[in-house]
Amino acid sequence: MMRKSVCIVGLLATVMVATLLLSAGSPGSSANTAEPASAEVKVDNFSFGPATLTVAVGTTVTWTNRDDIPHTIVSTDKVFKSKVLDTDEKFSFTFSKAGTYPYFCSIHPKMTGSVVVQ
Amino acid sequence: MAKRKKDEILHDHNNDGVDRRGFLKCMAWAGTGALCVMEGGILKSYSLSRLGEITAREMAGELSFVQISDSHMGFNKPANPDVAGTLKSAVQKINGLSKPPEFMLHTGDISHLSKPEEFDTVDQILKSANAKDVFFVPGEHDVLNDDGKSYLERYGKNAKGAGWYSFDKKGVHFIALVNVMNLKAGGLGTLGHEQLEWIEDDVQHLKSSTPIVVFAHIPLWSVYPEWGWGTEDSAQALAYLKKFGSVTVLNGHIHQIMQKVEGNVTFHTAASTAFPQPQPGKADSPGPMKVPAEQLKNVLGITDVNYVQGRNALAVVDSTLA
Repeated sequence: MMRKSVCIVGLLATVMVATLLLSAGSPGSSANTAEPASAEVKVDNFSFGPATLTVAVGTTVTWTNRDDIPHTIVSTDKVFKSKVLDTDEKFSFTFSKAGTYPYFCSIHPKMTGSVVVQ
Repeated sequence: MAKRKKDEILHDHNNDGVDRRGFLKCMAWAGTGALCVMEGGILKSYSLSRLGEITAREMAGELSFVQISDSHMGFNKPANPDVAGTLKSAVQKINGLSKPPEFMLHTGDISHLSKPEEFDTVDQILKSANAKDVFFVPGEHDVLNDDGKSYLERYGKNAKGAGWYSFDKKGVHFIALVNVMNLKAGGLGTLGHEQLEWIEDDVQHLKSSTPIVVFAHIPLWSVYPEWGWGTEDSAQALAYLKKFGSVTVLNGHIHQIMQKVEGNVTFHTAASTAFPQPQPGKADSPGPMKVPAEQLKNVLGITDVNYVQGRNALAVVDSTLA
């Protein structure tokens, strides 16, 4: 049950991001007037949801640990690194450059995810 | 030895030179009352009614010690809101043994969040145990924020590298390994090149008849790689131990009892003193498993190890906290 709802949240987040991307990409839109973009990743059941998140340059991504066990958010390429996040603790990072940013939990390295910045 | 209660597993490994083909695997929940005995390289199951006679025969030894694991001090979620209480129960269990153990091994995840006060609490509780010394290895929860610096300051005074060391007790050679540092994305536990070289050097002058006990946090065999329950380069470490007739590997991390025999090596994981985790693949994730409060102590426990000199045999007995 838990897992299913997480998937739905993940899907919604993806749809929201896609919508954001579409509006950002439309002609005549100005970066100055747009709200700062943000996106969420849920850390739940020893996995990142969504595992791959696509965002626009300048987006702030926030990870929230929903597990009973601490996790970390560590960029494989050492671009960002959270402190250990206990239950309900958050970590945010703003992606100012386009690229693909793989990351993992350094405590449970089987947990991997990536942020694609376009 | 202490009066044996129901929920126990007995594991006896005789070094009799029998070439064991394939592997034998035994897995049981502490709470189910299963009993497994290794004899002449063959794993046998016994009904609990025979437990008394078997322990009486096996428990007179030269060296006995206790393994505790995964106390996760600081954890306070529903799976166990009182991890200090269950660790105290473990100590009471140890103090109830008819012959005090020579020492204790703690196979990591002493703390939940690497906080000094969590380590303090564990140290304080373990002081009331009747075993003189405690030998530690770190779990990933003990080295969270500072690459293990504060762990080493507290527990690693005589250790090398990230906290590995060895010692001898009554003819048994103990090797403490660290496989929770520098974990790579998508990977398992890792020992690393420097530690592997040290292992090779550490054992090269030992006689092949020396019983070896290796202890580390993450299992040194592939319990369930999908959940990270294994160590990438453990095969190399075990290769250095091939010449020895009796090798026992004690691990924690997976919060449940499992055993496996492969050639000359007996692998054993201990229960947690804090909370149980699901059997491999039996849940969406390896997170803490909630069991009814009255059943909790049935799935937590300690491991009591007994060595009989001259027979190169180690008997490993798990007791629940119930």
